[in-house]
Amino acid sequence: MPKLNELTAKETVEKIHKKEATAEECVLSVFERIHRLDDKVHAFVTLAEEEALRKAREIDEKVSKGKPLGRLAGVPVAVKDNICTKEIRTTCSSRMLEFFVPPYDADVIEKIKMEDAVIVGKTNMDEFAMGSSTETSYFGTTHNPWDLSRVPGGSSGGSAAAIVVDESILAFGSDTGGSIRCPASYCSVVGIKPTYGLVSRYGLIAYANSLEQIGPMARNVYDCALFLSVIAGYDPKDSTSVKIEPKDYTKFLRNDVTGFKIGLPTEFFGEGTSESIKKQVWRAIHKLEELGASCEETSLPTLEYALATYYIVAMSEASSNLARYDGLRYGYRIDRDDADWSTVYSKNRQTGFGAEVRRRIILGTYALSAGYYDKYYLKALKIRTLIRKDFEQAFKKFDVLIGPTMPIPPFKIGEKIQDPLALYMCDVDTVSANLAGLPAISIPCGFADDLPIGMQILAPPLREDLLLQVSYAFEQNTTYKDRKPSLK
Amino acid sequence: MKRRHLSKKEVEHIAWLAHIELSKEEKELFIEQFNDILDYFKKIDKVDTEEVQPTYHVLDLMNVYREDKASPSLPIEEALKNAPKKEKKFLKAPRIV
Repeated sequence: MPKLNELTAKETVEKIHKKEATAEECVLSVFERIHRLDDKVHAFVTLAEEEALRKAREIDEKVSKGKPLGRLAGVPVAVKDNICTKEIRTTCSSRMLEFFVPPYDADVIEKIKMEDAVIVGKTNMDEFAMGSSTETSYFGTTHNPWDLSRVPGGSSGGSAAAIVVDESILAFGSDTGGSIRCPASYCSVVGIKPTYGLVSRYGLIAYANSLEQIGPMARNVYDCALFLSVIAGYDPKDSTSVKIEPKDYTKFLRNDVTGFKIGLPTEFFGEGTSESIKKQVWRAIHKLEELGASCEETSLPTLEYALATYYIVAMSEASSNLARYDGLRYGYRIDRDDADWSTVYSKNRQTGFGAEVRRRIILGTYALSAGYYDKYYLKALKIRTLIRKDFEQAFKKFDVLIGPTMPIPPFKIGEKIQDPLALYMCDVDTVSANLAGLPAISIPCGFADDLPIGMQILAPPLREDLLLQVSYAFEQNTTYKDRKPSLK
Repeated sequence: MKRRHLSKKEVEHIAWLAHIELSKEEKELFIEQFNDILDYFKKIDKVDTEEVQPTYHVLDLMNVYREDKASPSLPIEEALKNAPKKEKKFLKAPRIV
């Protein structure tokens, strides 16, 4: 019998409905696991045990009174620490926000609370979501549960690690250039970056607002689809929110890819992609062919420029978005009453931000400054148009595009952190979905040397249904999701 | 020999624009790293973008308006809760002049 914290979201909701378990028992089992294991993994920055138990008892009371229950009744959810949670500290894994307690909930938090989910705590991440390894966190790195000496990926590393070791059942991530898909791949979980505008960004602490989306992370495709159904939807508080009717994405989970046309962009298998990853992703592609899909290599030539384009746009937007951190209304403030405002601000930002955040703000400021705006920022935005067009062309021919999520397997902690450019290169296959606003998923597709490998699937805007159908069919015909790290 | 895109003086100027103080050691390190990164960014120069319109964001949304109606805002105590320095009902700013 699996323990309650090992159940899927679907099973948890069923058990609570049938009164085979209480929400309190589910929450307690998750915290038991956290207290036993999180010293090693360090997935969480802040735990919300008291609040979680209070919420769980509320749900149990609803059950005993026969009141209607939400779609995530009693399901433990871990929340990335850049998503605002009312009265629960929200740090962005930064010294700047070490003591910040939001006075309001993000829209996605309101949505899951309405569906009776239980927030267990806030997960570790790269500072302000800037990184691919969770090493830039002010609170120390998260360890990859498959090999504690390796990174879990980033920036949503805490979220991915938490669910793969059963410290939570669902987790929120956010994805600006791969921050959901990279850790999903490195920890062997499922993670979706939704179409830009599908999920409200209200209450997501901004890094690069034209690129980022909040998204669901789970141990299997069904749970991810269920979670997405809850958080997607129009929000008037986000001016980039798309007005579409809510959908039940679990309805699209059919174990069938017959007739699917799948494109394989050669750029996703380019130099720098490790042979073991190529081999495993190709095995997955052959599996999909076996199941009735037709796969064909194709080329999107502008993808070669996606990484540079992404970093210029992201850094430029970051320099503007992070200008708000002056230590006045909230955030880190030095204790110097004698100094003038300019000195105080500059010192607050020197000490409050870590090195990678400062690097990106300074380079972004440069890319937007007089004389360089056209050369960097505007040029990048024009290439962004070309990348979108390349995808539009590709999707005339193919239903979905497939490649590896990451070019290399999870690397050692400390291996790349001194070399920012080397770390940026890890995002080469994920950033294009953000530039074009497309939905993309990473699903487990195998192992090499006992380290997980993820396969990335991309679809046209608002076609999350296609991603989910292909992922579900693949998952139902393979066993990768059943393999767990041996951490006890 | 790598091209130097940014001099020490320029880095100091941009850091000043961004209101980020840099230590001497960090300045040296950042100059090296910035030049590596800008060297990589150079590859976009090759792309012909003549007559291409920029994409500021991917949606076809234009001018999203809301009703000009007042709604409740945060109470003062709530809004001040996270302020590192405050006095009475106000945020305490550093000296301006």
